Amino acid sequence: MDVVYKRSGALSDVSTTYCPGCSHGTAFKLIAEISEELDIVNKLVFATPIGCTTFSAPFHKFSTFMSAHGRAPANATGFKRCNPKRPVIVYQGDGDCAAIGTGESIHAAARGEAFTVVMANNQVYGMTGGQMAPTTLTGQKTTTTPNGRSVEACGYPIRMAEQIAQLEAPRFVTRQSLHTPKNILQAKAAIKKALELQINEEAYSFVELLCACPTNWAIEPSGIKEYMEKNVIPYFPLGDLKG
Amino acid sequence: MAKAVIDEKFCKGCGLCFTVCGKKLLKAGDKANAKGYYFAVQTEDDKCTACSLCAIICPDAAITVYK
Ligand SMILES: Cc1ncc(C[n+]2csc(CCOP(=O)(O)OP(=O)(O)O)c2C)c(N)n1
Ligand code: SF4
Ligand code: SF4
Ligand code: SF4
Ligand SMILES: [Mg+2]
Repeated sequence: MDVVYKRSGALSDVSTTYCPGCSHGTAFKLIAEISEELDIVNKLVFATPIGCTTFSAPFHKFSTFMSAHGRAPANATGFKRCNPKRPVIVYQGDGDCAAIGTGESIHAAARGEAFTVVMANNQVYGMTGGQMAPTTLTGQKTTTTPNGRSVEACGYPIRMAEQIAQLEAPRFVTRQSLHTPKNILQAKAAIKKALELQINEEAYSFVELLCACPTNWAIEPSGIKEYMEKNVIPYFPLGDLKG
Repeated sequence: MAKAVIDEKFCKGCGLCFTVCGKKLLKAGDKANAKGYYFAVQTEDDKCTACSLCAIICPDAAITVYK
């Protein structure tokens, strides 16, 4: 019997701490598969954020460093400038990337630092109990917007990929989603392209992934597809914004 | 013959694989793993087409597909 799909060898033999159905697991799986395909498992450096993926080092075989909340693009700038041959993925939540770390995110992109940012946009602060994030949808109930996010009080949710795409230096900016097998494969192709541009052309690239946090959305994983199509994708359109 | 094998160590019983299998071959089993999750099992493996959709959507990389 031939194996047609198996668990990536770049993942550790360890069960993650993520909730059932959490997209962080899917994103990690794709990065692991890509690192094997590009033969960079031993070279890839995974910069972890603060959020549900902070303590993710045991889940995979890459080198890692952790940064203070939102500061991974700044630390990755220093690391990459000193180690230009190491491919670097800066993995960030939407809160990490687009709230506390907005300054670091925008300026690293404006400078065109030679790394790839993967922003896992689940529209909440997952780790701390589901508070409103800058990406929380208008009307979305969170622990800090119990009646739903209002424009009057909170303004509009930020589309981070669009912010990054209007800068000169970024070479490839895209928004993908992880809610169906087809979208997962498209997201994989996008992350791979982003990494290849980094490795071959020293380019900055940004991949926003629409992710599910079934725990803080208070839905069953089986409802993720409908929730994404009805609520999330209409506000955060999918596709390449640049490159 | 094709089949999907779920590794109970990694499965969290999220059910995402149940939703994508066109042949409806996957369901929650009646045994819990060490974390307390009722892990998925494949029924009637003679109907499996090895399409791998279940494995692609699994967030915990718990599924191996054979053909
Ligand atoms: C300086 C600082 N402020 C606040 C916190 C608390 N905190 C931890 S994680 C987090 C939000 C994480 O949300 P996100 O980046 O969206 O990641 P997720 O958990 O959703 O993947 C916050 C506010 C902190 N750890 N450090
Ligand atoms: S709280 Fe949300 S983001 Fe965090 S592990 Fe659970 S499902 Fe994933
Ligand atoms: S490989 Fe395809 S047919 Fe077989 S169990 Fe998985 S989804 Fe169903
Ligand atoms: S998708 Fe994976 S974790 Fe979820 S029930 Fe299926 S095998 Fe288990
Ligand atoms: Mg988040």
